[in-house]
Amino acid sequence: MTKIDPSEITPESVYLSRRKFMVGVAALAGSALLAGCGIGGETGETGGSTGGSGTTAAPGGTPTPDELTSFDAITNYNNFYEFSLDKEEVASLAADFVIEPWTVEVGGMVESPRKYSIDELLALYPEEERVYRMRCVEGWSMVIPWLGFPLRLLLDDVKPTSEARYVRFQSLDDPERLPGQRHRFAWPYVEGLRLDEAIHDLTILSTGLYGKRLLPQNGAPIRLVVPWKYGFKSIKSVVRIDLVSEMPESLWMEAGPREYGFYANVNPEVDHPRWSQKTERRIGDFGRIDTLLFNGYDEVAPLYAGMDLRENY
Amino acid sequence: MAPLAYLLWQTLTGGLSFDPIHDLTLRTGKPAFILLLLSLAARPAVVVTGVTALRPLARTLGLYAFGYATIHMLIFVGLDFGFRWDLIVGGVLEKRYAVIGLATFLILLTLAATSTRKAARRLGALWKRLHRLAYAAGVLATLHYLWAVKFITFEQWAYAVVLALLLVARLPEVEGRIRRSRSE
Repeated sequence: MTKIDPSEITPESVYLSRRKFMVGVAALAGSALLAGCGIGGETGETGGSTGGSGTTAAPGGTPTPDELTSFDAITNYNNFYEFSLDKEEVASLAADFVIEPWTVEVGGMVESPRKYSIDELLALYPEEERVYRMRCVEGWSMVIPWLGFPLRLLLDDVKPTSEARYVRFQSLDDPERLPGQRHRFAWPYVEGLRLDEAIHDLTILSTGLYGKRLLPQNGAPIRLVVPWKYGFKSIKSVVRIDLVSEMPESLWMEAGPREYGFYANVNPEVDHPRWSQKTERRIGDFGRIDTLLFNGYDEVAPLYAGMDLRENY
Repeated sequence: MAPLAYLLWQTLTGGLSFDPIHDLTLRTGKPAFILLLLSLAARPAVVVTGVTALRPLARTLGLYAFGYATIHMLIFVGLDFGFRWDLIVGGVLEKRYAVIGLATFLILLTLAATSTRKAARRLGALWKRLHRLAYAAGVLATLHYLWAVKFITFEQWAYAVVLALLLVARLPEVEGRIRRSRSE
């Protein structure tokens, strides 16, 4: 596996200065939109989108622009139980995790099932930058500059049949290399999305962050990111993607059916049975901020029109 | 007190994790809990070993438990929620783990306030019954911990087992048996 040399990492100050500039401009223009995400390079054109407003509400209601969480925090504070239950141990335990060769097998109810290597995926679907908020069900959150492509592009090419209603994702199953898989949960990690959620533009497969390839602790070499749902929906180290007709049962649904549901939409009005979801801690900041419905990505609201979000948690 | 000093030093020098408030909450809550369990263990220890010098430990350890519990509670209310009573009363106190935590703290507060010899004299027979609430605090603290963690691991079950043993040991029949078997 090629380890990333620390000297290769984009200095945070360079990365952040672009965003701070855009935030300043946006503030001057009186606009609440954070246009800084998705900058494609020298031309400065915007590629992806943060979706919704790139702001969060401090208690009291005044929106504050989202600041990127540090690379240090993103790569050293990870829920990745295949390696460890300890968030800060994962990075070192995952350091030697071999991610080549890697195959993503796409199948199920599709016309053109296919296996892809990561290089093939990168060649077929050019990466764009997506700066997303990520909200963990535990009550903390980060702002992460992902590199990835919309899942929709991949699904369009494999052509789901008319019977396909859900997308099921599966992670690596290897207790030898993933010591946490020897017990406690019904491994491997499985997650699912409804088809309309999967083809929404916000849903991406990510292969990098902060301008570099994903590190093992962040789900290398490829993972899902669904920013309007709790973080556990964003399955890491994906090996299989299947189109299915029945709602998949995720690992967390199996582990705690009354606490972890299929939809897991971020919602301050629907508490976890044991703790409140009204507020969250932004890693790197002090104090709490209000949690936003759909993590602030209001454009997904039409997907759930008429649905009782309390019942469908 | 040394662990607390160490925790403070780590806080000031950035030696905690990326979620320092979570760390501080856990690392003041666990010592409070463990000290409470140790305080409850003082009496069985005297019964089993016959070393009456251990008896005052119940009070000392209990007060330390209260101290840590107070800091734990202040971190939660002040540092985590910034004394935002609307968030606390409206949101958090709807949750079982928080209500139970508050109840535990109030019991410990009551016990600490009545822990002096003077209080014992004034309360008389009531004092003994009041201080049996320490066992209730132990049970509530265990539930608080079990309900607050994301999922329960071996560590939490171990504490629950220890508490159960302490409760059983306090039952008059059990305690009497231990005493009798020791004097044989």
